[in-house]
Amino acid sequence: MDNSLIIKSVDKFRGKTQVLQGIDLTVAPGERLALLGHNGAGKSTLIKSILGLTPIHGGSISINGAKPGSAVARRDTAFLPEAVSFHPALTGREQLSLFANLSGASADVPALLERVGLADALDRRIGTYSKGMRQRLGLAQVLLGRPKVALLDEPTSGLDPISRQDLYAIIDELAEQGTAVLIASHALTEVEARTDRIAILRKGVKVADNTLAELSSEAALPTRLRITARAGEIDKLAQQVGGTRVNGASVELCCSADQKMNELRRIAALGDVVVDISMTPPRLEDLYRHFAKENRQ
Amino acid sequence: MTPRALAIAGSELRILRRNRWLFMATLIMVLFALALTFAGSAPTGTLGVDMLTVSVASMTTLSVYLAPLLALMMSFDAISGDRDRGSLSLLLSYPAGRGEILLGKFLSHLAALAFAMTVGFGTAGALAAWSGGAGADSLLALGRLIATSILLGAVFLALGYGVSSVSGSSTAAAGLSAAIWLIFVVLYDLGLLGAVVMDEGGFFTQSIFPWLMVANPADAFRVWNIAASETVAVTSGMTGAASALPAWAAPLSLLLWPVIGFALARLAFGRVEP
Repeated sequence: MDNSLIIKSVDKFRGKTQVLQGIDLTVAPGERLALLGHNGAGKSTLIKSILGLTPIHGGSISINGAKPGSAVARRDTAFLPEAVSFHPALTGREQLSLFANLSGASADVPALLERVGLADALDRRIGTYSKGMRQRLGLAQVLLGRPKVALLDEPTSGLDPISRQDLYAIIDELAEQGTAVLIASHALTEVEARTDRIAILRKGVKVADNTLAELSSEAALPTRLRITARAGEIDKLAQQVGGTRVNGASVELCCSADQKMNELRRIAALGDVVVDISMTPPRLEDLYRHFAKENRQ
Repeated sequence: MTPRALAIAGSELRILRRNRWLFMATLIMVLFALALTFAGSAPTGTLGVDMLTVSVASMTTLSVYLAPLLALMMSFDAISGDRDRGSLSLLLSYPAGRGEILLGKFLSHLAALAFAMTVGFGTAGALAAWSGGAGADSLLALGRLIATSILLGAVFLALGYGVSSVSGSSTAAAGLSAAIWLIFVVLYDLGLLGAVVMDEGGFFTQSIFPWLMVANPADAFRVWNIAASETVAVTSGMTGAASALPAWAAPLSLLLWPVIGFALARLAFGRVEP
């Protein structure tokens, strides 16, 4: 089997509303897939379907060849729920030991907790943990027993920027050991650099599924150039370049990816009038907005 | 008994010890049992029974109220609490089955309840025997009281899990648990009493009423304890209804109820979508 996670034309209804519609998605071993979408787009529902916690009404899901919710599938899957919390009376070590016992994996609990930066809080009660520490504890249980598929629902929520770096380092580690990682997220900017592929859900429909580069050229989103003029010469510059004035000293213009070099040459030829150029390629936010909104039919 | 159920039981037991539940339940049992034993020790002389018998009779009445209450207080948030915290979906994504999870929680809660009952009734019984005498019959009655109280607790633990599964939140589960307690322990008896009064000693009172009574686990508990010991029956003055039934009726009801309750809870838990 080439792919760890195969989702084929999955439909799901909640009452009369269709919350998932013909979803196709595959994640290969060692691949990191970002699943993006607004609240209510169906990300969490899709994850729960993969876990077998909620039934699907059409299509099929296979986890390394096993059915969702089956004993084999549950053994092979790791899950990090959104904003998870644990019983406040237990310590981190006790909670993780319980999970290790449940998964049947022999685990070095202190080493795992050290890996996620909880070595100092090993024997403190979870009730005294901060939100970020609880999230790290949740992450530690994902690392139990070398899962084949890892499903992370909003893993960065509540984490400070440094913890986020750690989190993505751990995700990379998972991928290196051959785990297929699916990350549901709103945190677009981080997902950008840290995932191999991006799928976008909108109202239960998959509207995009590709690498970031492919998605960018598919969407043909413009690159934005901001040109700053020498003091007092903004009018002259605006006349020559065109585009829109953004403040007293700069103009902004948009051009497609293949026109970018031409524009740059033209601006460079203006000489002294230009003191600075900044260039913004399309960001994930723009892409996301493009695919999540403009595909309306 | 699976290792996974035992792992959950161990963790739950630790939680009960940590959050002082075990201590509080035991303290409540000891205090109430002691208070009832010594407040109710007056009729010893007139009835010609030892003090332990009187104590057991008082504690039987106490346990009908207290065992279901303690059990429901332990179990009402067993499922809904995990769901409120968001950890239920995680727990269910592990290889442990729902039956194993429920069994693990049940084992730990039952152990805690058994500890509280044994220490509470045991302390009061020992003091009563020491100060007012005890016989083989009254010791047996004490043992029966402890064992049946644990069974009664088991019934309401299971019912609590069911309530916890069908409720949307722990708050709703708490309300529903209070309703269950009120129905089984108070309202059911009031209803039967009303029916008996209306019937004026007719067919219903003679034939149906005893069976209806014993169908309620709380009443089955009472009948079992009273019918099994003549001296306890004398002190509690509740011989009439108990003697109308075959001896196996109350024990059968009280033994069946935990099984029925657990099956219902498993069914309700199976339908939970975290």
